[in-house]
Amino acid sequence: MWLIEVLGFGQKGWGGLLIAGAVMTLCVTIVALLIGAVVGTLVAWAKLSGGGVLRTLGNAYTTVFRGVPELLIIYLVYFGGSGAVTAIGRYLGYEGFLGLPSFAAGALAVGIISGAYQAEVYRGAFLAIPKGELEAAEAIGMHRGLRFRRIIAPQVLRFAIPGIGNVWQLSLKDSALVSVTGLADLMRTSQVAAGSTRQYFLFFIAGGCLYLILTSLSDRLFTRAERRANRSMPSSFGQA
Amino acid sequence: MDFAFIFQTMKTLLAAVPMTLGLFFLSVSSGGLLALLIVWMRVAKNPILSNFAKGYIFVFRGSPLLIQMFLVFYGLGQFGFIRYSFLWPFLREPFVCAVLSLALCTAGYSAEIFRGGLRAVPAREIEAARSIGMSGFLLVRRIIGPIAFRHALPAYSTEIVMMVKSTALASLVTVWEVTGVAQRLISQTYRTMEVFLCAAVIYLVLNFLILQAMALLEYRLSHHRRAAVSRLP
Repeated sequence: MWLIEVLGFGQKGWGGLLIAGAVMTLCVTIVALLIGAVVGTLVAWAKLSGGGVLRTLGNAYTTVFRGVPELLIIYLVYFGGSGAVTAIGRYLGYEGFLGLPSFAAGALAVGIISGAYQAEVYRGAFLAIPKGELEAAEAIGMHRGLRFRRIIAPQVLRFAIPGIGNVWQLSLKDSALVSVTGLADLMRTSQVAAGSTRQYFLFFIAGGCLYLILTSLSDRLFTRAERRANRSMPSSFGQA
Repeated sequence: MDFAFIFQTMKTLLAAVPMTLGLFFLSVSSGGLLALLIVWMRVAKNPILSNFAKGYIFVFRGSPLLIQMFLVFYGLGQFGFIRYSFLWPFLREPFVCAVLSLALCTAGYSAEIFRGGLRAVPAREIEAARSIGMSGFLLVRRIIGPIAFRHALPAYSTEIVMMVKSTALASLVTVWEVTGVAQRLISQTYRTMEVFLCAAVIYLVLNFLILQAMALLEYRLSHHRRAAVSRLP
């Protein structure tokens, strides 16, 4: 069978490479989500409790990186990052062009974008904490660190799970754009496979199916996480 | 800062704005119409229609737009019956392919948004309309449509901003809109930051204007939610 041969794992098959591409996509997205979590926490903190300057900076960050096309940000990080690396190389005595590794550039770019979305998610989750609980914690003498660890962080994480799930789906799809830097992710691999076999339709369908598997599996995972995080809460409207 | 360069870049990029706007308006309007069809199928009693709509929404929301666009642009031309059909002069054009895939993708997202709006229509309003004898298209036009649209508007404006950003992908199928031109400028001049800033300003202004227009529409459509203005002296 020709179809099995082309999509399979044999000598002429692209199956193994497509799976490897899917794993690469997952890796980029996971690293990007972690970068975004760090960035998002800092930006949310700046927007919630920073002074005038920090708040303006936080607002500018979320506005710019949610309002500008993802592709443009990937170009910025990839070309800008390579320029910076080349400048550092020249300073250290290496002549010539140095490129930023496409994995690093891609994960950083998608992370910067997902940080802007995650900042809004964390901010919303923080604002969903009943004020009385924060006041109660203060009233029994918890200092800031303890209050953050015992009262704020657990609830923010619980309230943020649905939002993080959305950001994850967005990042997973944004990571397809990283293929423009030449990273062999699922998108790039299907493109190469399609180009070299001239079976465009088949390989883009196959790549699309693998993306669908990734998104629907992770959707199920997040629903389970939400249910688990809320298992001590009285069941309420809109619960997963 | 090299203002002459920035000015020049801005001029080059602004020349590509009509292309971005053309992609945006064509895909949002045709995608919106398609979304109405999909949401009608989705809420239909017929299980074949509703399952088809569910599948459509799942596929187009679950996979990246780029792969859909490549599927349309590279994939369709592979088939003889399309290559030799009357559609080929259109489907050969990258612009048409980009609009087609943008519209197909936004229809999936918009259909879910419109369905959320439909679910927000209170049952008692429909009952009231039925009790005075409205049914069929009149009920949809006078009662369900306006209320659902009003409820769906905030989420739909987010989707529209997403569409402005999605038009950037058309540059990967050789449509020269703002992001594509910006990428060409970056690889010609290696002045990433300046070009990025110019393009970012263009997109932010576009999004700002669109969000303002949507906010105005929302304001106009919610007279009934504001307290009546006292006209007494």
